Amino acid sequence: MSITSPDGGITIEPDPGKGASFFRKLTTATDWKTGLVIPALAVFTALVIGAVIIMLTGSSLAETLDAYKALLQGSVGSLRAISQTLTEATPLIFTGLAVALAFRAGLFNIGGEGQLLMGGMLAVLAGFTFTGLPWFIHLPLAIVAGAIGGAIWGFIPGYLKAKTGAHEVIVTIMMNYIAYRLVDYLLKTSLFQREGRNDPISKNIEDSAQLPALLQWLDPAATVHLGLFLAIGAAIFIWWLLFRTNTGFEFRAVGANPSAARYAGMSVTKVYVLVMTIAGALAGLAGTGQVLGLLDRASPGFSAGLGFDGIAVALLGRSNPIGVVAAAVLFGGLNAGGQYMQANADVGIDLISVIQALIIIFVAAPALISAIYRVRINTQSTQISKGWGA
Amino acid sequence: MELELRGITKRFPGVLANDDVSLTARSGKVLALIGENGAGKSTLMNVLSGLYQPDGGEIVIDGVVQQFKDPGDAIKAGIGMVHQHFMLVPVFSVYENVVLGVEPVTGPGIMNRKKARTEVREISERYGLAVDPDAMVEDLPVGIQQRVEIIKVLLRGAKILVFDEPTAVLTPQEVIEFFGIVAELKNRGATIIFITHKLKEALAIADDITVLRGGKVAGHADPKTATPEDLASLMVGRDIDLTVDKTEANPGKDVLTLKGVHMVDDYGRAILNRIDLSVRAGEIVGVAGIQGNGQTELVEAITGLLPLAGGTIEFLGTDISRATPRQRHEAGVAHVPEDRNHMGMVGSFTIAENLVLDSYYAPPFSKRGVMDGDAIRASAEQLVEAYDVRPPIIENTGSALSGGNAQKMIVAREFSRDVPLVICAQPTRGIDVGSIEYIHEQIVRKRDEGKAILIVSTELDEIFALSDRIVVMFDGRIVAQMQASDTTPTEVGLYMAGKAA
Repeated sequence: MSITSPDGGITIEPDPGKGASFFRKLTTATDWKTGLVIPALAVFTALVIGAVIIMLTGSSLAETLDAYKALLQGSVGSLRAISQTLTEATPLIFTGLAVALAFRAGLFNIGGEGQLLMGGMLAVLAGFTFTGLPWFIHLPLAIVAGAIGGAIWGFIPGYLKAKTGAHEVIVTIMMNYIAYRLVDYLLKTSLFQREGRNDPISKNIEDSAQLPALLQWLDPAATVHLGLFLAIGAAIFIWWLLFRTNTGFEFRAVGANPSAARYAGMSVTKVYVLVMTIAGALAGLAGTGQVLGLLDRASPGFSAGLGFDGIAVALLGRSNPIGVVAAAVLFGGLNAGGQYMQANADVGIDLISVIQALIIIFVAAPALISAIYRVRINTQSTQISKGWGA
Repeated sequence: MELELRGITKRFPGVLANDDVSLTARSGKVLALIGENGAGKSTLMNVLSGLYQPDGGEIVIDGVVQQFKDPGDAIKAGIGMVHQHFMLVPVFSVYENVVLGVEPVTGPGIMNRKKARTEVREISERYGLAVDPDAMVEDLPVGIQQRVEIIKVLLRGAKILVFDEPTAVLTPQEVIEFFGIVAELKNRGATIIFITHKLKEALAIADDITVLRGGKVAGHADPKTATPEDLASLMVGRDIDLTVDKTEANPGKDVLTLKGVHMVDDYGRAILNRIDLSVRAGEIVGVAGIQGNGQTELVEAITGLLPLAGGTIEFLGTDISRATPRQRHEAGVAHVPEDRNHMGMVGSFTIAENLVLDSYYAPPFSKRGVMDGDAIRASAEQLVEAYDVRPPIIENTGSALSGGNAQKMIVAREFSRDVPLVICAQPTRGIDVGSIEYIHEQIVRKRDEGKAILIVSTELDEIFALSDRIVVMFDGRIVAQMQASDTTPTEVGLYMAGKAA
């Protein structure tokens, strides 16, 4: 198509080449203040309130500081701590992306849990069913199986939304319940259940399907595995998809203004199906990483709430893939440090959940932060999803 | 009550929104406050209603200097705002809406419904508003909802009534009724401030006119002697020609042909009733009609956004009745939609992104599924320049543009394509005079290039300024078709009101 000015005088023949700054502006967090300052202040404020809670339960200031020292120690204080932080962050990157991508298209994906479980189950199935394959065939096969499992679980609510208008929040919640119980059921079938066991636990995956640990040559207890790089790769891919491709342009247009998207010739229903399928695949990869990199098997509830934590990670990361990685590492660090704090400073890990919840509250209600710290922020840019009215 | 603003100044970071604005509104008189978008009208009204505190100047009512700390103070001083967008609860009745927040009570937390109803009825009768206190607001036409808003401010004791673009949402008939209400309020001694950008209405109803430009008072005008051109020139600071220069049309072959186009709503009622219409190359066909008589659906039928129940749409001899919006776009149909914020652009997207909203997927903007930021930016830079979109900063979001500039951006996107058919729905609704003049010029230029143009407008002035041929829609049907030169606004107005052909 040629572009001509109204008088027909100017014809545009753009230079070929790649632009770097064009997509800089994001639909959320359009300036550095809302993007960085608010989350940083939210984390700080939540930690302060956490400290107050510890002291209210009878600890002295010194003990409180010791607890926080332990938190720091357990998250970044040693190679093992860093490894633990990254291990915890890996599935959160995936589930965070699964929520963030859907947010961008105006959908609220609550179904990370179910998608993660189904992905993990298919990955485990591929992991123990095939034997005698070399790792460079078996591992990719198991990963793809996991992505497909999640994708199916995401496709269903996307398809139902597109064809019948069924709200994705309702459907994904129900899909979670189905997945929980389906996992319980499958683990008792002969297909999955380990021989000689009566409790619901799957067979162990073959070594050739394992995601290799990265740092065990330095420390045998360092659990971080190749899944971390898969997750970071996925974040980069999703960023590229959203901000560099036609498909991502459509996702963002549908998310920001479905009427305008339809006017512009985009298929809103196609976007809904595609977004939920990709989001499901991402959450499925979270489960895949857990079973192939950490657990070696599936057991009831191996999702461990990671699908829901993904919502918090996406909110904190402002639905930006790079922000999601940062938020996942922060939450991973809090989880890892919390375990260490519980063991060494006698402060329960439940406090970490409280702190994480406080962070999300402050991020979701930036007016609180701006009131406390007297910073000016653009509160309009913090809307991430249109939620129920969408 | 006499209201005087003396040297009101209001600063925002980087902007002087009101600069030493002084004006007087007299008791029993209508002051029209006119100005382009961004001239400072809204800021001034927010100062007056107590939402903003001025950085300088004073508000004087009947010689007494007022200090408004919040809107409550302004209401107590007798100022009542009737906003353009009504603030009513649709599922509440009229009287419930009116007393909301100032409910008469019989005891703690118990509303005196009888008293509320009586008060509302009394006000309605005193001013001849004819509003049923028990009607549900959602069932009322827009014109009546506006009267509910008026009753609301009167009940709160307003003596100074401020109307913000009150006629923007009204049908021509409702506008006439609204003017009657204003006359009645005037007779009873109310002070009326009427904010508008419709120059003819300002001239018709006002006793005094104050024009704002760039935050300052650009001048005062006497409605008895001023012409619309005088006011427009004051508003934009240069001479404005409100008549569109155009030569005789020289129509060619049919570009768009509708035969028996039929559309029904969810209940099977006809929204479009067997429409026959053709648009030829090199002519502008104007669709006149009161909002809601099928014009929106007509445009969406042609552009493929709504499905037909019957009939065919031919474009350059090809049946496109079943084509998708994108297929029609690619075949050569450009569309400036009637609701620019809701449909014409994505507010959170940059200007550059909005300029490729319907062509992002094809070369030169995209190759093999990957978008080319350089190409998009280069094209955007050219378009904002060529179509005078201001400020011409393509990284800004669409929502940061004023209405007129957002519309110019959309016109740039659609008009820059060299296609045979251009459809413009409400091309200049709610935008400033300078942008209207510019967009009208572009439309005529497109016609002179030999394109077929279909205009839909509820503004008769616009229909007559642009059209070579006029069709009138009423109740989903085309009730009249004529050459623009053979008819008058009065005749078209009668057809719009439902007079059979």
